[in-house]
Amino acid sequence: MQTAILVIVLAPLLGAIVAGLFGRQVGRAGAHWITILGVGASFVLSAWMFYGVALKGVEPFEWSLYRWATVGTLDLEVGFLIDKLTVTMMAVVTFVSLMVHIYTIGYMQDDPGYQRFFAYIALFTFSMLMLVMSNNFMQLYFGWEAVGLVSYLLIGFWYTRPTAIYANLKAFLVNRVGDFGFLLGIAVLLMYAGSLNYQDVFADAQELAGQRIGIIAGQEWMLPTVICLLLFVGAMGKSAQMPLHVWLPDSMEGPTPISALIHAATMVTAGIFMVARMSPLFEHSDTALNVVLVVGALTAFLMGLVGLVQNDIKRVVAYSTLSQLGYMTVALGASAYSVAIFHLMTHAFFKALLFLGAGSVIIALHHEQDIRRMGGLRRYMPITWITSLVGSLALIGFPGMSGFYSKDAIIEAVHNSTLPAAHWAYLAVLSGVFVTALYSFRMFFLVFHGKSRLESHVTHDHQARGAGHAGGALGHGESHAGHEHGHAGPPRESPAVVTVPLILLAIPSILAGAIAARAILKDGFFGGSIIVHADHGAARVLAEEFHDWQAAVIHGLTATPTLLAAAGLATAWVLYLLWPSVPAVLARVFAWPRLVLERKYGFDELNEFLFGGGARGTGDLLSRVGDAVVIDGVGVNGTARLVGWISGKLRWLQSGYLYHYAFAMIIGVLVLLGYFVHGVGR
Amino acid sequence: MSNLPLLSICIWLPIVGGLWVLFAGARAPALAVKKESLIISAATLLFSIPLYTGFDLSTAEMQFVERLPWIPVFDMTYHLGIDGIALPLILLTTFTTVLVVLAGWEVVQDRAYQYFAAFLILEGLMLGVFAALDAILFYVFWEAMLIPMFIIIGVWGGKRRVYAALKFFLYTFLGSVFMLVGLLYLYFKGGSFEILDMHRLPLALDAQKWLFVAFFLAFAVKVPMWPVHTWLPDAHVEAPTGGSVILAAIMLKVGGYGFLRFSLPILPDGSYYFEGVMVALSLIAIVYISFVALVQRDMKRLIAYSSISHMGFVTLGLFMVFRIMQHSGSAEGAIMGMTGGMVQMISHGFISGALFLCVGVLYDRMHSREIADYGGVVNTMPKFASLMMLFVMANCGLPATSGFVGEFLVILASAKAGFWIAFLAATILVLGAAYTLWLYKRVIFGPVANDAVAALRDIGRREQVILIALAVAVLLFGVWPAPLIDVMRTSIENLVLNVVTSKLP
Repeated sequence: MQTAILVIVLAPLLGAIVAGLFGRQVGRAGAHWITILGVGASFVLSAWMFYGVALKGVEPFEWSLYRWATVGTLDLEVGFLIDKLTVTMMAVVTFVSLMVHIYTIGYMQDDPGYQRFFAYIALFTFSMLMLVMSNNFMQLYFGWEAVGLVSYLLIGFWYTRPTAIYANLKAFLVNRVGDFGFLLGIAVLLMYAGSLNYQDVFADAQELAGQRIGIIAGQEWMLPTVICLLLFVGAMGKSAQMPLHVWLPDSMEGPTPISALIHAATMVTAGIFMVARMSPLFEHSDTALNVVLVVGALTAFLMGLVGLVQNDIKRVVAYSTLSQLGYMTVALGASAYSVAIFHLMTHAFFKALLFLGAGSVIIALHHEQDIRRMGGLRRYMPITWITSLVGSLALIGFPGMSGFYSKDAIIEAVHNSTLPAAHWAYLAVLSGVFVTALYSFRMFFLVFHGKSRLESHVTHDHQARGAGHAGGALGHGESHAGHEHGHAGPPRESPAVVTVPLILLAIPSILAGAIAARAILKDGFFGGSIIVHADHGAARVLAEEFHDWQAAVIHGLTATPTLLAAAGLATAWVLYLLWPSVPAVLARVFAWPRLVLERKYGFDELNEFLFGGGARGTGDLLSRVGDAVVIDGVGVNGTARLVGWISGKLRWLQSGYLYHYAFAMIIGVLVLLGYFVHGVGR
Repeated sequence: MSNLPLLSICIWLPIVGGLWVLFAGARAPALAVKKESLIISAATLLFSIPLYTGFDLSTAEMQFVERLPWIPVFDMTYHLGIDGIALPLILLTTFTTVLVVLAGWEVVQDRAYQYFAAFLILEGLMLGVFAALDAILFYVFWEAMLIPMFIIIGVWGGKRRVYAALKFFLYTFLGSVFMLVGLLYLYFKGGSFEILDMHRLPLALDAQKWLFVAFFLAFAVKVPMWPVHTWLPDAHVEAPTGGSVILAAIMLKVGGYGFLRFSLPILPDGSYYFEGVMVALSLIAIVYISFVALVQRDMKRLIAYSSISHMGFVTLGLFMVFRIMQHSGSAEGAIMGMTGGMVQMISHGFISGALFLCVGVLYDRMHSREIADYGGVVNTMPKFASLMMLFVMANCGLPATSGFVGEFLVILASAKAGFWIAFLAATILVLGAAYTLWLYKRVIFGPVANDAVAALRDIGRREQVILIALAVAVLLFGVWPAPLIDVMRTSIENLVLNVVTSKLP
């Protein structure tokens, strides 16, 4: 078991090191083979562990790898906790990662940074595994920051594009705001629990629950509330919850495979995973759970709306991801942690599928991303078309698809929750279903159905790109020079390295829900990994209502969420296939709401003004006035002038500032010395 | 090996060697001088290694002690010895000096033998500061250290080198004079120049307060703490690369070391009286200076400000002790804070040294420190860009780099001193990343900015060796800081006990 753990973690790291440091020596094929073998080994062993721990009932266990440091009596260690929650995450992460690795061979084939890319995604797999397999907060924080680093490197992968290097800086800084809260949460936790090990902390949870902490003078807060809110700030950053969501849409500047792996399937769900892992703490604070509910519901609904007006294929999927992360967060707030992980898992499959499908379209169209210049692609790309349909249906919760079970369970859980915020959250997630179906199929129809608008694209492509991404086109054009010829032909289906991962992801997108639903929703699959307080009965009610997957589907056919999804799908069909002229009219009629959505509620402008401008302004002020005028001007040079003036008056020396100062000092020392020798010494 | 006076060898080998280079170097060929300097610094590094391997982790007593009469009339002795606080700093010094000698290999053309001699002599003097157990011996090394650095900045510096050198000299000299007065007072009071005797000397509160102020002026200037920090950016900007590296990596540490060796143990009650001010100044350094760093246009200035901000963690870690003891009633958090401060000193030595070397690499090629003159360096210098990315991330305190360890421990401990202290300290996560990564974005990323950048050549083997050596150190102590923390553990625990015990008569 321990050897297996080491191999799971270190095999991708080894791949990353070889591909990253010796990329030139091993060559392109060497780089993708070594990383794919590493991640493949990791996947096989993770699947084996999943089988053992989740299905064969091997007891959860903890293993300390080495002592990181000892401070006082506190031992900080690097170690692993293997339980059902961990093995589920390991299986999902390594599977999606393996698919993305294979897909990358096709997607990045012409890119000069081929080896570097494989090194990064293998490094990411290592970091993400360290995060989910950790048995303590310090290692969790390590994984947390390490995935952030790789995300930063990958968003800025095409480092000559100004938009990409703006987006990656933004992503890192916004995430750091989250980490700021996260680290403070860990610090407060350590202060009261005296340990950073999960098991020790959770064992103390009951004791911590009764304590209070003074934050603002005269006010005492419940300790679990403070800790959980701080930890949740971290989750908001990583899982892109409002208002820390602003980095995720921009992260689409990175290559598509990483949008699938990092910014949809795995890294952004780290926050969800973390809160689920901390369920023994969150269960002690209704206040924190209410906040989680509200933040999640707002994100789920409002970000879905923005998805309606996006025209970049990747950005539509990105806003969809934001909205779905909101759903998971809502489930956490309703204390239905297992449901949140369930949706995390199904979402990982179908969202990775949707992103990779989008990537397949993008390469077929020579890096065209505007859905207004697509259409009718189903004739040219049948596999991409069908798999994208599967992904979209799973996303909107079509009965029987994987997303159906998990999303329905979330909505039901919120419905059953007794927290004050649950009513509003329920309305938000319910109406979100309509929105989800509408934006998903708006995109699906615009891309794959209707008349082809490709002709215009082929001719205008380069002028538009040249104008739009002045500097960006440079790096991008360079890296895809291989595509330039043969541009005029009709789009072709992508090669097998692209379509096989699509098919392999489509299978769990259909089946994962039906297979796992009973275990997770009814039989308490996660066992002791997730702890729910007796007062928070949402998940329990769910378990009582759930019988088996067939019954769920039959019931689902007439349930409100399904009807809403159908309505959304139908609306999309009417607007974008039946009467394609209507959307333009609607856009004119609802000009203001549309502007609000297109401006994404103004978060970017506000942040740029308040934090970007504010920080630079403060810096300027402190630098010019504080350092230059007050300290140096008045303080230092003032003292110097004073000394200079005195010594000048006394005319001890004719010239040279140095002598003035030095003599003043030495005289001073002599005077003081004399004082001591006479005063103290005698 | 254990019979050798290792500390004396480490101190005098580079000083004597440096003097020899200075007098014999004028006639010798440049290459020979460089080789000699490298051999001397490498030998010093080798002699410092048995200090680590032979170090007894279980005691807080001074080890490798050497004691000879020096000026018996005034009770001054040549007394050397190290504990877990001095040892890491000594190793940092010997390690860094080798790299600095290598860094100057091709760059320094003008009076090279004097340049290398200055660094060797400086190394010995700095080692003397960390090893001296006699207050006057300490003071002599302390002041002597100024001279080679003053010369390094003044001779091989940039355009405004004279101004910067003078500012550096006066600032630090002004501070040290008060320390001398304090040391003399302690001598007349206790009748001994032994630092360890001073640790045991009972002192009235008023005396402790005055002495604290005197020591503060000496050490705070060196750290440097806000608001006596303005000499540092000027000194760094004008100093040659090697000077900046030594300045940032080691000379700033003598300030922190001074607090640990003098202020805290000799004046526990005085320290307690001023701890609020010290914590406040540290937090101001962290937050205020971060904002100032954000708007700098000169790479070296930016990193200099980043240094000040990061050194704020050192003083915060050291002076939170009292508050943590009060709040939590146990020494646990206090030890954590102080360990964090110590680790931060060592780690900052590697990281800031590496960052100044990175700027040096660019400056050697472009002769500009202006951020605006760069852009897209990654296109022409990919190896350099990768290594600098590592140091930049270490400067942001990313886990698995040494930059994380100190900040993490200090922030964790600071929560025990008060929520808002932790809150302000943790702003470094955002602000530190903001100024460091924004610098990296503007200099390294992007399309090639101009012809000069397009003509850059990537780092050569010598530069790679230097940066990789530092990269290994940064990663090693990030992934596994236990060897470093174990060395200082007993000494720090002992120090915390001393510091929280009142010395009022």
